[in-house]
Amino acid sequence: MRLLRLVLSIMLPLAVVVPLAAQVDPEYVIPKTNPNTSPADVTRGEQLFKGQCAGCHGPKGEGGRGAVLAQPRLRRAVDDESLFRTIRDGVRGTEMPGADTITSREIWQMASYVRSLGRLPGENVPGDAKRGENLYRTKGNCSRCHVVAGEGTAIGPELTEIGARRGSSRLRSALLDPESVLPEGFLQLRLVTADGRRITGLRLNEDTFTIQVRDLNGGLHSFVKEDLKELQKDPGKSPMPSFRGVLSPAEIDDLIAYLVSLRGKL
Amino acid sequence: MKSAFLILAAAIPLAAQVSYDRIRQADSEPGNWLTYSGGYNAQRYSRLDQINATNVRRLHAAWVYQIKATDAFETTPLVVDGIMYLSEPGGSVTALDTVTGRPMWKYTRTLPDNVRGCCGQVNRGVAILGEMVYVGTFDAHLIALDIKSGIVRWDSEVADPKLGHSITGAPLAIKDKIVVGMAGGEYGVRGFVDAYDAKTGQRAWRFWTVPAPGEPGSETWTGDSLKNGAATTWVTGAYDPEQNLVLWGTGNPGPDWNGDVRGGDNLYSDSLVALDGDTGKLKWYFQFTPHDVHDWDATEVPVLADVVVRGERRKAVLFGNRNAFYYVLDRTNGKFLAGRPYAEQTWASGLDNSGRPIVLPNTSPTEEGTKLFPNLGGGTNWFSPSFSPQTNLFYLSAHDVGGIYYKGEAEYRPGAQFNGGGFGPIPGVERSGAIRALNSATGELKWEFPLHSGAWAGVLSTAGNLVFGSSNEGDFYALDATAGRLLWRFQTGARINANPITYLSGGKQHVAIASGNSIFAFALE
Repeated sequence: MRLLRLVLSIMLPLAVVVPLAAQVDPEYVIPKTNPNTSPADVTRGEQLFKGQCAGCHGPKGEGGRGAVLAQPRLRRAVDDESLFRTIRDGVRGTEMPGADTITSREIWQMASYVRSLGRLPGENVPGDAKRGENLYRTKGNCSRCHVVAGEGTAIGPELTEIGARRGSSRLRSALLDPESVLPEGFLQLRLVTADGRRITGLRLNEDTFTIQVRDLNGGLHSFVKEDLKELQKDPGKSPMPSFRGVLSPAEIDDLIAYLVSLRGKL
Repeated sequence: MKSAFLILAAAIPLAAQVSYDRIRQADSEPGNWLTYSGGYNAQRYSRLDQINATNVRRLHAAWVYQIKATDAFETTPLVVDGIMYLSEPGGSVTALDTVTGRPMWKYTRTLPDNVRGCCGQVNRGVAILGEMVYVGTFDAHLIALDIKSGIVRWDSEVADPKLGHSITGAPLAIKDKIVVGMAGGEYGVRGFVDAYDAKTGQRAWRFWTVPAPGEPGSETWTGDSLKNGAATTWVTGAYDPEQNLVLWGTGNPGPDWNGDVRGGDNLYSDSLVALDGDTGKLKWYFQFTPHDVHDWDATEVPVLADVVVRGERRKAVLFGNRNAFYYVLDRTNGKFLAGRPYAEQTWASGLDNSGRPIVLPNTSPTEEGTKLFPNLGGGTNWFSPSFSPQTNLFYLSAHDVGGIYYKGEAEYRPGAQFNGGGFGPIPGVERSGAIRALNSATGELKWEFPLHSGAWAGVLSTAGNLVFGSSNEGDFYALDATAGRLLWRFQTGARINANPITYLSGGKQHVAIASGNSIFAFALE
């Protein structure tokens, strides 16, 4: 580190004069796929990420002031090329600055680390996905609250890409002990309206004065909070039942195999 | 229609004469909003009382003006004799007729491609002096525009944008000079406060917020760490005409979260510096967070007020700091008079008799992560507080949010971010905040108005016994200044990242706030 500083202090006057152009090559043709994806590249990418990106995105891409990057599909970076551009150029009209002072290789290394954060590789699991799909539709009655590829009722999280987001052990926890692995931002509510109706549902949105709710039949409601007789928040609670004892261990394996196979277009 | 035209026509000749004396006596003409914080004392208090606690429920939107940019819209507009001057992201400026909300002229700043800044190409406002409007730009220029046309009179580069310098704060016009701060604290730049000749754009003085090797204060940095010491100055300060003192807050030392490479207190980071208005020479300083490792810039707005502290009337500076403590300082010498936390904090057991924080062990960032309150955003931030001489209360938007701080490698490269770590939220914990009213002499809580997730937006107090505030969910509202009761609210439809102002238009009091990418102006029905 001291040596680096010494080198930097000697280099600084030069660096100020020519500096940044040396890093950004306007002629660089961005390849379609990331050329720097070795484990060493990911490690270097992590180092760079923690120095320059983690302040907003969190060290593991968990988000904060910046977007959550620990997810399989990034809205502004659907492929490698667009991820490269997003890192290099930033996103105009947002707080995301460009990183045009690092080399193309380093941008690719950062990109490799970013991709490692949220996209799970395919997993071999013991169950039978075909039988699992049948259980999903019949005995599990999962589409009562979840959507896969456009089918079902949207009360719980959509599952179309769940296999790219969640590993089998997490899915097992979600089936056996749903309240141990609630999604970020998930909040169950119980409320009593001014005219005495009792509603249990999930919070869609909230501000200081109002709250928007989806009930367990999928119905939408919006209330001024001070008009409610009761507003009970149940953090850590979920309306999803445990499937322990409802499905046999083999059936749980089959259902997990089906869920793991759901990767959308990822 | 006719009356609007007449008012405007009558107003234009006056607009050309925003003298130093007018700004100095801004409280005698509350129909205008002449400088970023309303007056040099930065109290953000208005003597207007047409809109008051009794009738504020009749407030309604008079007009909305939409800008084209999608960056956060953080402007505090100025209003002079019926015309509103607002800055837009990057450093563009628009003049609006306050009666109709229609634009009169526009200056568009085109930024080069390689500008850089940590947190969006925002701009918080303009200054006006004489016949010119002054704006700092995201590519670190200070520009003087003709007040009647928006034509550029002069354009001075303040610093090199390629190294990470930018300007996001409003300039401050004092006497014959334009004082301006700068941003770039996440890029290892060396911070400063500048003053420019208002007529020519020539630099009159510069105060470096990080001393050069050998200068007083340099001993508070180990090795050559002061070369990338940051301590930037990105929010507008206050001015005390009586002492000819510019009071300006400074930001975090660089790198943000890895203090190992910069041992010592790191002066003058996270400080309030008091500078001679004519020369920029340092008169006194007060450092709030010595050797900061949490990015708790002291770039909040210093508020000048005379308050009674322990039975004695003092010329004070009131300061709600990002580190979650409220401070009362003597503004003649910077001495600490009082202080206490105003928001949840777990990093210090208190302040000692000199105001220095008594830091708790195990609060520095680590590679595994250190959980701490307040979070990176702090107990408060750049958005303005307000002091009402009517209630003697200090109002601010406070946040009770913790976070996890990580230490990482600190590797300086010119023009690249120099953070030395990272930051993340505490999983599963919801943000919370409130508008708090503090006893201005002690910091004790008088009342609070809880908010769902807080407000990244400032407050305004008025002689109508009102405090106007906002929320992250887009609510704009009025509270009773004495007791904090909700009196009126309006959902603007987007997050609010700005400070409210009030002024007269056509003889009627208006309140304006930027929300989303629009300016809303409200008046009584």
